[in-house]
Amino acid sequence: MREPAGEPEAETREVPFRGGGFAPRPRRWAGPLVFVLLIGLLEWGTRTGFISSLTLPRPSAVFATLVQLWQSGALAEHLLPSLQRLALGSLMGISAGIAVGVAIGLFSLVRAGLVPLVAALFPVPKIALLPLFVIWFGIDEGSKNALIALGTFTPTVVATYGGVDNVDRTLIRMAQSFDLSWWSIVRKIVLPGALPAILSGLRVSLAIAIILLVAAEMLGANRGIGAYVLEAGSLYDLERLFAGVVILSLLGIASSWLVSRAEKLLLAWRPR
Amino acid sequence: MRLRVERVSHRYGPTEVLRDFDLDVPAGRITCLIGPSGCGKSTLLRLIGGLEKPASGRILQAGEPPSGCLNPLTYVFQDFALLPWRTVEGNVRLVLEDHGLGAAGMRRIVDDVLARTRLSDFARAWPRQLSGGMRQRVAIARALAVSPAVMLLDEPLSALDSQTRALLMDDLVDLWLRTPFTAVYVTHNLAEAARLGHRVVVLSRRPGRIREIVDIESALQSRSDDDAGLKAVRDRLWRAMREEAMAADRELTGA
Ligand SMILES: Nc1ncnc2c1ncn2[C@@H]1O[C@H](COP(=O)(O)OP(=O)(O)OP(=O)(O)O)[C@@H](O)[C@H]1O
Ligand SMILES: [Mg+2]
Repeated sequence: MREPAGEPEAETREVPFRGGGFAPRPRRWAGPLVFVLLIGLLEWGTRTGFISSLTLPRPSAVFATLVQLWQSGALAEHLLPSLQRLALGSLMGISAGIAVGVAIGLFSLVRAGLVPLVAALFPVPKIALLPLFVIWFGIDEGSKNALIALGTFTPTVVATYGGVDNVDRTLIRMAQSFDLSWWSIVRKIVLPGALPAILSGLRVSLAIAIILLVAAEMLGANRGIGAYVLEAGSLYDLERLFAGVVILSLLGIASSWLVSRAEKLLLAWRPR
Repeated sequence: MRLRVERVSHRYGPTEVLRDFDLDVPAGRITCLIGPSGCGKSTLLRLIGGLEKPASGRILQAGEPPSGCLNPLTYVFQDFALLPWRTVEGNVRLVLEDHGLGAAGMRRIVDDVLARTRLSDFARAWPRQLSGGMRQRVAIARALAVSPAVMLLDEPLSALDSQTRALLMDDLVDLWLRTPFTAVYVTHNLAEAARLGHRVVVLSRRPGRIREIVDIESALQSRSDDDAGLKAVRDRLWRAMREEAMAADRELTGA
C-alpha cells in the first residue's frame, strides 16, 4: 500500500509471528535427558553425603542390584509370572471391554442397561475386591487375572463407546446409501473410526493393569515383581526396593511404547 | 430408469419442508434442482434415495435398472464422504466388496472407474493427501463403480473453488457423453444448472413446491458461457431465484 503523497514515510516493522505451538513434535533427546540429569543428581548427592544413604539408595548400587538380580536368575523368576498375569488379565479385560463398548455404542438398549453399571464399577478401587475374587477364583492365578481384567475392562469400555459415538455419521449414511450390510458397516466404518479412541484408552488401561498387578502380588504371591518389592520394603532394603520400582517403570515404558507402535501401524491414515 | 415423485409431503416437527410435491425425473437426462437455501432440496434428494421416509406420498421407480447395476440409486455427497482410513482404491472397493465379484472382477471395475476419472496414478494415496477436487473425483469414481441407474448429487461441487468446479463440470459432461446416465443434481449455483441440466427445476421457498421448470434443448457438449440461448435461460432462472430469495428473506426478518 502506498502512503498518500506528502505524508512522512511511516516507520516499517515486521508483522510479529503469533501462530505455532499446540502441535507436539518429536524431541527424542528430551525424555532421556531428564532421566540422566535426575539420576546424575542423585548419584552426586548420595556420594557427597548431601543425601543420606538412609533416605535414598545410591543409583549405582541400585544398578548393581539389578545386574545381580539378572545374573542370579531371580529376575526371570519374578518377571515371568508377572508378565504372564499382566498379559492374560489385560487381554481378557481389554477384549471384553472392546466388545461391550461397541455393543453400548451400537444398541440403545445395551447402552441404557449397561452405562449406569459401568459408571458404578469405574470408581470402585478394584483392589478392595481382591478378597472377594480370592473366594470366587481361588488364591492362585485366577484372582490376580480377574482383578487385572476388571481393572482394564471399565476404562476400555468407556473409551470404546466414546469412540463409537464419535464416528462420523455421514460416513454411515454413505455406506447405507450404497446398501452395505449392517455387519460391513460395523467392521469397515464403526470399528476403524473408533480405533484411535480405543488405542488411547489402551494406554490408560495398561497403566492401571500394572498398578493392579503389583497390588495383587503384594497381597498374595511369593513370586512376581510385587512380591519382590514388598519383601524388600519390609526389610528396608532400599536398593532392592528401588530395583523393583525401576523394573515396574520399565514395564510402563514398554507398554506405552507398544501402544505407540500400534498407533503408528494402524493409524497411518491419520493426518499429521 | 425413470423416477416419479408423487404428492410427497414431509415435515420435521413444526417445519413443513415439502407440500404435495410432484416431480418427474426422465431417464438418461440430468435434472437440476435449484432453490433458495433451506427450501428442502437435500430433504427431497434423501427421500428419492430412500434414506428417509416421506410423511405422505410416494416415490416410484419405473423400469428395470440396467443389468450389471449394483446399486440403482447412488449418491454423491457434498462433503465427499470418503473413508479416511482407506486409500483411493480402497474407497472404491468398499462399495463392491459386498457383491461377491471376486478379486479379478473387482480389480477390473476399480481400474476402469479410476481410469475414467483420471485417478489411476493415485490409487494408493490416502484421502488426506488429495486436493478437494480430487477427493470429489474419488467419490464420483466410487459412484460410477456400482453402475448406478440414477445418480443423486447433492451440491457435489459446492465445497470446491470455481476453477476446480469448472474442470469437474467438464469431467461430468464427458462422463455423461460417454454413457448417458440419469441424474438428479441439486445445486444453488445457476451456472452449474445451466451447464449440466437438461431440465432445471426451480423450487419455491419452504414449503418447497415447483416454481418453474426450464428445459434446455442445446446439447451438453456444445454449451458455452457466451451462448445467447443459454444466457436467456440463465436470466430466466436468475429472476425466478431472486424473487424467491427475496421473499424468503422478508419472511425470516419478519417484515
Ligand atoms: N433432520 C432434520 N431435522 C430437523 N429439521 C431438518 C432436518 N433436515 C432438514 N431440516 C430442515 O428442513 C429444511 C429443509 O432442509 P434441506 O436441508 O432439505 O434444505 P436445502 O434446500 O438442502 O438447503 P441448502 O441449500 O441450505 O442445502 C430446513 O429448514 C432445515 O432446517
Ligand atoms: Mg442441502
